[in-house]
Amino acid sequence: MTRKLSCREILDNLSAYVDAELDPSLCEEIEAHMQGCNPCVAFLNTLKKTVVLVRYSGEPEQVPQEVHIDLHRFLRDRCKDDGPGKES
Amino acid sequence: MEEARLVQRARQGDFGAFEQLVTRTESKIYGLLLRLVGNPEDARELLQETYLSAYRNLDRFQGNAAFSTWVYRIATNHALMRFRKKNPETVGLDEIPVPTHEEIRERGVSDWDLDPKEAVLQKEIRGLLNRAILDLPPLYRAVVVLRDVEGLSTAETAQALEITEGAVKTRLHRARLFLREALSPHFEDARDDRQGMR
Ligand SMILES: [Zn+2]
Repeated sequence: MTRKLSCREILDNLSAYVDAELDPSLCEEIEAHMQGCNPCVAFLNTLKKTVVLVRYSGEPEQVPQEVHIDLHRFLRDRCKDDGPGKES
Repeated sequence: MEEARLVQRARQGDFGAFEQLVTRTESKIYGLLLRLVGNPEDARELLQETYLSAYRNLDRFQGNAAFSTWVYRIATNHALMRFRKKNPETVGLDEIPVPTHEEIRERGVSDWDLDPKEAVLQKEIRGLLNRAILDLPPLYRAVVVLRDVEGLSTAETAQALEITEGAVKTRLHRARLFLREALSPHFEDARDDRQGMR
């Protein structure tokens, strides 16, 4: 490690850090920085919470029955005659 | 019946096999479209366009990815095309308002006093989140929905949107910062313990 990372550099890499997409050496530097920087820890925590919130934001969607029926009727009408793989 | 077998039969003109593929994947695709466009009417129309296009392009499906992943790609493309028609200038928007490091430093950072998995059970919070997601420009929204909601990998998302993996990562990061910013006022600790960044 030649120099300490600034908070700004931490901030720029935080999503990649959360997604475990960074080099191990950079991860170590980020973790070392976190030891002594409470704002970055708070920022990391809230970013992680954002990602979890987004992940669970949608109820598992079941397609409504009438949408299902419409879709299949539409496809039968439109596809039946031309056969698959025929881009018009 | 196995998916690969259904695809094979559908390609040979077995419409019933294609319908089975549709039935297996339509809920997933509908959920994706609803999150991308935000209203049931558009989602319903796009769902029809998507599967019609899938049927017409069946001979181009390589079979090295899941059928649903391939249809995701078609659905996302159709949703983005619709945005382009409606509002061409906002689709590719490169810059979205996210706070700079300086702004964050001045304001300080405080942790959120919540358990996200419990918080999303509240209707009010889900509403807040969905509005924030819909406030993102379409391409950012597509990245965050594919990656963080649908759980596609960076590579799959890049393929679906026909952008580079680097662009996926940059957009995802900015979209998350934007969402974090939108949610912050609602979740910040009541205790005044903001801490300044260096
Ligand atoms: Zn820091």
